[in-house]
Amino acid sequence: MSGGQDARQLVESGEYKYGFVTDIESDIAPPGLSEDTIRLLSAKKNEPAFLLDWRLKAFRAWCKMSASDGEPKWANLTIAPIDYQAISYYAAPKKKEALASMDEVDPELRATFNKLGIPLDEQMLLAGVAVDAVFDSVSVATTFKSKLAEVGVIFCSFSEAVQNHPELVKKYLGSVVPISDNFYAALNSAVFTDGSFCYIPKGVRCPMELSTYFRINAQNTGQFERTLIVADEGAYVSYLEGCTAPKRDENQLHAAVVELIALDHAQIKYSTVQNWYPGDKEGRGGIYNFVTKRGKCAGAHSKISWTQVETGSAITWKYPSCILQGDHSVGEFYSVAVTNNHQQADTGTKMLHLGKNTSSTIVSKGIAAGQGQQSYRGLVYVAPGAEGARNYSQCDSLLIGDRCGAHTFPYIDVRNPGAQVEHEASTSKIGEDQLFYCQQRGLSAEDAVSLIVNGFCRQVFRELPMEFAVEAQKLLGVTLEGAVG
Amino acid sequence: MMLSIRNLHAEIEGKPILRGLSLEVGAGEVHAIMGPNGSGKSTLAQLLAGRDVYKVTQGEVLYDGRDLLAMPADERAREGVFLSFQYPVELPGIANSYFLKAAMNAKRRHHGRPELDAMDFLTVARAKMKLVGLSEELLHRSVNEGFSGGEKKRNEIFQMALLEPRLAILDETDSGLDIDALRTVAEGVNSLRSPERAMLLITHYQRLLDYVVPDRTHVLAGGRIVRSGGPELALEVEERGYKSMEEHNAPGA
Repeated sequence: MSGGQDARQLVESGEYKYGFVTDIESDIAPPGLSEDTIRLLSAKKNEPAFLLDWRLKAFRAWCKMSASDGEPKWANLTIAPIDYQAISYYAAPKKKEALASMDEVDPELRATFNKLGIPLDEQMLLAGVAVDAVFDSVSVATTFKSKLAEVGVIFCSFSEAVQNHPELVKKYLGSVVPISDNFYAALNSAVFTDGSFCYIPKGVRCPMELSTYFRINAQNTGQFERTLIVADEGAYVSYLEGCTAPKRDENQLHAAVVELIALDHAQIKYSTVQNWYPGDKEGRGGIYNFVTKRGKCAGAHSKISWTQVETGSAITWKYPSCILQGDHSVGEFYSVAVTNNHQQADTGTKMLHLGKNTSSTIVSKGIAAGQGQQSYRGLVYVAPGAEGARNYSQCDSLLIGDRCGAHTFPYIDVRNPGAQVEHEASTSKIGEDQLFYCQQRGLSAEDAVSLIVNGFCRQVFRELPMEFAVEAQKLLGVTLEGAVG
Repeated sequence: MMLSIRNLHAEIEGKPILRGLSLEVGAGEVHAIMGPNGSGKSTLAQLLAGRDVYKVTQGEVLYDGRDLLAMPADERAREGVFLSFQYPVELPGIANSYFLKAAMNAKRRHHGRPELDAMDFLTVARAKMKLVGLSEELLHRSVNEGFSGGEKKRNEIFQMALLEPRLAILDETDSGLDIDALRTVAEGVNSLRSPERAMLLITHYQRLLDYVVPDRTHVLAGGRIVRSGGPELALEVEERGYKSMEEHNAPGA
């Protein structure tokens, strides 16, 4: 690694002092990654020693991976090389320059907001217009927090959790996704700057759906986000990630890690609507969304349910998974992934059945349009001791046009003779006859496509919280706009 | 004239199907178009509704004096052209009620009328379902998915009742129906006859015409109309078959 060298040179050359030592707004580290960068980052965030050690271990693991195989190559994706030394790994909470009024917002973005039917107040918030006067997000967040505190729910940024609840962070961080799990997870573990932390105490049913929505506007969590959610015995939480409005982000690479832990009889429902910038119609730009999401059903009768609607990003590499360790635990994965224009997605799940009488359900709906490429990749593993394990998988692909592709890579590894594993898959094209039928009833071609696609995705949408489902439907329409010529 | 088809020639993949078809249909009239398999009946139905796989090589079609062929299929529908499909298409995952409400509202928007909300829609839909003897449960199932042959055809007539077209084209609505279902469908169709509405009944057999008596009957053969007459013509077809008519009136003869 030449990263350490580079950083040192920068320090020596004096350029560095405009980076970390100054404590003004432009608090951005010079590009490059080394142990020094990590030490500085950790010190900057005033982190306890255990966390620095953990980061350094992750960094060394990542260096080893970089030196040998590098990024995972097995996905059905074409990825331009990424220069990890060209990325800046620490930026203080970015203050985006607030725009004075809605008139300054990109007209294309505004048009999309309008199509999604997002109220003006929210539009301003999402577009980064100074909204304090119009929309008091601070007071909303405060009401929110006091209500949660009443029942003992901890919901804060990861950095706050490190300061205020180090024992919980130490206990659970990396317990589901170990530092050397994969290339991107190792990188994230070494350099993550912030994210969300959530702890639901024993027997508490979280009184509201938790969402990163409010917090994200207060603080840009950057490209290496870390989320940790722990549901203690008998607890329940529904967590919503992302917002449905298009998020323009200057970061090209997003390597996030999400860990969920459910103890005995606990339930976690995690819903994502991801609509990051997909690049333009020619495939220029767009986010690389390389995310490791995994939940551990550590306790008996626990349940973890992933629901994702992935419509954005240029490249998506994402496999929200469940480790079904507790007896009678349940894992679910419901997914809609859409690729249009030049988008690529390789996404799916892993269901690892370790405990007895564990069960899992996988419903994956892939939609490819334009020249989009779409792969479902899933593993169902049943360990020798997982008596009575059951899995049902359904993977359907829908093609729009004849230049796109859909692929399915189901891996099934069953080591217990009593397990029951079912897999169904289908690939269909939006039929001319379906389109004509809808048009003959007065629907425009675009409305017809959106209707057919929504019908195709219904099994997944009904798993989403109500408002999310409505917006996901609209979003699908926007994403597929122009898919039928 | 509501519908004027003048010397229409159309082909699919270079193969001529319609060869000089002419037909005039006025408001309030019900015309039956009979013909053997391959005579071009379904082509005519689909072409009028806007299916773009057919290429018109000659002739014109006027709908209320406007060039129908220049309008895209969805616009024709919103302007009141309705096709009852011979093979209604299944739309998995889309509730019949949702689909029909979307269709009704597309039309209402087009005509500058306020959209129906779910409650208004249900009220209208319930009333119209009775017309064709469909149970309300079908509203909540996916469009045509798992419907029996008879249910699909009745669902088409139900849609027609909801969308209140000005020009309704019924493509072999009688095929695949048992006698009871045929009677129910026919009653539905009869109840929708009105002075403002024209209907084209496309059929292979005469039996539908026992229940829905047309004002005019035409025999289509070889892509053109070879005989026209009143309701009695259907009986003549039934008795003597298409063969004799084709022989005497072959195109170019």
